[in-house]
Amino acid sequence: MIVRILGEGQFDVAEHALDRLNELDATLEAAVEAGDEAAFAGALAALLDGVRTAGVAHPLDSLDDSDLILPPSDATLDQVRQMLTEDGLIPG
Amino acid sequence: MSIMKRISLIFRSKANKALDRAEDPRETLDYSYQRQLDLLSKVRRGVADVATSRKRVELQVVQLEQQSAKLQDQAEKAIQMGREDLAREALTRKSGLNGQITELKAQHAQLQGEEEKLTLAQQRLQAKVEAFRTRKETIKATYTAAEAQTRINEAMSGIGEEMGDVGMAIQRAEDKTAQMQARAGAIDELIASGALDDASAINAGDDITRELEAMSSQADVELELARLKGTAIPAAQQPEAIEAPEPGEILAEEPAKQEAASDATKDA
Repeated sequence: MIVRILGEGQFDVAEHALDRLNELDATLEAAVEAGDEAAFAGALAALLDGVRTAGVAHPLDSLDDSDLILPPSDATLDQVRQMLTEDGLIPG
Repeated sequence: MSIMKRISLIFRSKANKALDRAEDPRETLDYSYQRQLDLLSKVRRGVADVATSRKRVELQVVQLEQQSAKLQDQAEKAIQMGREDLAREALTRKSGLNGQITELKAQHAQLQGEEEKLTLAQQRLQAKVEAFRTRKETIKATYTAAEAQTRINEAMSGIGEEMGDVGMAIQRAEDKTAQMQARAGAIDELIASGALDDASAINAGDDITRELEAMSSQADVELELARLKGTAIPAAQQPEAIEAPEPGEILAEEPAKQEAASDATKDA
């Protein structure tokens, strides 16, 4: 499975690592719902670290779609909220 | 639905919408390739812009550090002459400068980070654009318009995702750089006005003095003043040793102006 971290590129992540990533994702989602900045920053860092640790860089010259796309490491809670609406994500 | 899935779906739908579609799907490939090249030059310009901002901040740090050293020197000489008021003014300005220097260094680190990120984004996009070009030529040579559609869609959505990502990275770098440039402009103006480097020019503008005082840490000033007074006592016993001030130093000011300066700072 290919996971993209925005601003970093694509990673190949093995299926067996996904359970752990889904847990981290749920934690992140809870932090976003609650508007908890501190919990959000920790959860996002943990999730991205999880992808970097479990994954290996996907070949740069592939034209493959990612299965999952994650916010950049320096994203704020507000920015992630924006990404979850239709308007916020791609400029222009 | 999970955050990862929601963001992925929205990102992909936006990236797909952003792609140009032509009547003959094979023309779509050429349109898209042109846009990829445009984006590549945009990200190259972005890297250059961030590097320019970083160099400007580096230069400012050097200038402010020189001025800070000069003010320290002025404060020491003022104490030796028994002019605590001038020493206080110099140290106040120095403390304000040191605050600026710390902030500038933090900005410098941030700009360096953005520069690295954009450089990597450029490399990733470059590799994908090259792959797309090869794929495009193969598709155009091998398939009829009808047959090409599926393969074109695959190539397009893969590159579209990368373009969306790089587009965001450029946007973020631009936003960060714009904020810092406004600040850097203000600091350049302060440097150019000379307000930061000459503690004897107290009457040059009270608003500037107030601004500098607001930026400075009063506790730092008091601490350093006490330290200077301590170290300056033996030197003050032989004032003839420091009687020849250099031009431009605070000691070169005529007494009348120093009196006025003294009055101006009495309330501070």
